[in-house]
Amino acid sequence: MRIFLLIITLLSWVLNLYCQFPDGEEILKKVDANMYSESSMSTSRMIIQTRRGSKTMKIKSWVKGEEKSFSEYLSPPKDAGTKMLKLEDDLWIYDPDADRSVQISGHLLRQSVMGSDLSYEDLMEEAKLYELYEAIVTGEEKKQQRSCWILELKSRKSDEAYKSRKVWIDKDRFLPLQEERYGKSGKLLKKTVIEEVKKIGERWYPIQIYFKDMLKSGDGTYFIIDEIEFEIDIPAYRFTKAALRN
Amino acid sequence: MFGFLFKGVLRDKTRSTFPLLIISAGVMITIVVYSWLNGFIEMTIQENARFDTGHIKITTRAYSEMSDQKPYDLGLVNFDPLIDDLKNDYPEIIWLPRIYFGGLIDLPDIHGETKAQSEIYCLGVNLLTGNEEISLLNLRKALIRGRLPSQKKEILVSNELVEKMKIPLGSQVTIISSTMMGSFTMGNFKVTGTVKFGIRAMDRGTAILDLNDSQSLLDMEEAAGEILGLRKEYNRRINHQISENFNRKFSNPDDEFSPVMIPLSKQNNLKNLLQVIDERKNYFIFVFIFIMSLVLWNSGLMNGIRRYGEIGLRLAIGENKHHIYFAMLMEALFVGLIGSMIGSILGLGISYLFQYKGIDTSALLKEATILMSTNMKAKVSIHSYYIGLIPGVGASLLGAAFSGIGIYRRKTSELFKELET
Repeated sequence: MRIFLLIITLLSWVLNLYCQFPDGEEILKKVDANMYSESSMSTSRMIIQTRRGSKTMKIKSWVKGEEKSFSEYLSPPKDAGTKMLKLEDDLWIYDPDADRSVQISGHLLRQSVMGSDLSYEDLMEEAKLYELYEAIVTGEEKKQQRSCWILELKSRKSDEAYKSRKVWIDKDRFLPLQEERYGKSGKLLKKTVIEEVKKIGERWYPIQIYFKDMLKSGDGTYFIIDEIEFEIDIPAYRFTKAALRN
Repeated sequence: MFGFLFKGVLRDKTRSTFPLLIISAGVMITIVVYSWLNGFIEMTIQENARFDTGHIKITTRAYSEMSDQKPYDLGLVNFDPLIDDLKNDYPEIIWLPRIYFGGLIDLPDIHGETKAQSEIYCLGVNLLTGNEEISLLNLRKALIRGRLPSQKKEILVSNELVEKMKIPLGSQVTIISSTMMGSFTMGNFKVTGTVKFGIRAMDRGTAILDLNDSQSLLDMEEAAGEILGLRKEYNRRINHQISENFNRKFSNPDDEFSPVMIPLSKQNNLKNLLQVIDERKNYFIFVFIFIMSLVLWNSGLMNGIRRYGEIGLRLAIGENKHHIYFAMLMEALFVGLIGSMIGSILGLGISYLFQYKGIDTSALLKEATILMSTNMKAKVSIHSYYIGLIPGVGASLLGAAFSGIGIYRRKTSELFKELET
């Protein structure tokens, strides 16, 4: 009888704990709603810290939905004029010195973008997290003095760049303040930390993110958004291969 | 006495034919294998020195830790003053800065769209200034079609890759890679010729371009991945000595970008390979002498049995046992010498043939990634001329010495009884 009572108590305790946490997928939808926009245009800086030193790159980007994005590197001089165009799952890069654009595909998408801690796959990931991952809340914790839900995400598809993720979501602003991304083997591949956020219109948006590729030497990459506008009209020409050469 | 014994060996064919055959064959095999192993060692050293390791190599400390990945982003910067110092300190050594890097080769169609694309391994060397790299890489001999680059933005590509991608000679291709700081980079080059080195790892997909072109493509002005040092001849001891002196003078263990010099034998696990081959060579000769001794001992015993009556008669007519034993040893010496000479002539002939022609091992090295020529050649050295004498004469003498002991077991008192039967 005692054992039975103990089991009942334990079960109700576990159930109580579980009921305390909100639905992970609902949280993910709120994150997507906050982060996602139909279109945007931004000017940003990427500070890449390698073993040899650091370099800062200035980038102007246009994004439309999940499928289309276009970036142009404005500096440093060696990289100025390099452009990237993403159309659905395809990525083209234009190099002004060679005056050629080539498509990047296969394992090359896992390579670093301009020596940073971001891969082309990271850069191409525009889809909503909810569409890519199943989520459960496993706990709560304070990160950067803010209360966060801990979410564990498992990819819905087998060919996703990261098989699973652990994300600390700000309870009030629905931003992924910290993230750990894991490969198929369960190895930690990347860490991200949102270091600064800003309220732009009705949404809280990260304006300084730190990326660290755990398989790469160096001190990580800072991605800083200097200017961003949401829900703007972008001419269709911007997302064509012809735009790469102009 | 020696003349008598020598004539006996030559005239009594039943006494000498079998041991002569065994010794000749054994000596021949010893020389061929010895020369082939020498050739293998020399080719391994030469191919690695030419294409990868130099006799000595200078990189940064950070680069040397991952040198198999050729991390040119950790390469040497502003290396000109260093080369000037080296030229003063070691005027007999040729110093060659190089950049090894990987990337993609992209062949465009008439609209500039990708027609064919493949992974490529690039080698940036001084092609347009000086003739050292051209002769070191044996580029004139390796050239299958076209010509060597004569101006900037011209490259050579592996013949196999050119055929696979159907790149017309003289056409423009794009090399895609990353700069020293990791940025995306592309460069257009004209394919002026195709090459085949006979080294599987190089022939699969390599491009050779000028060092300056590589530097500008990879944003590595006045920088190189590594500096190779080559002497006239490989000398392990001197290379180690130079490396130690250099590291004492220039290398700082606390600075990962300070230069460090590494001798050939400490690169690419070559130390183990060369040591194993060296040990195996001696081991092989020892085992061979031992086996030959057993065979000749057996042959001596058979001879002893066949010559049982002859030896008995010689003892009966008063010949000294020591004299007979000595005479048998002398016979063995003559047989050994004659067999060794025949074997040496045959072995050297075959070895010279292998040295000149080589053996095509491309089928065996199809998937090989190490720098090893697919045409394996022997190398006849001065040692090849006498190496066969050791097992040839040694085993013959040892065999006779073992089997001849039986002479001392014969009892004079029983000789007539034995002879009656």
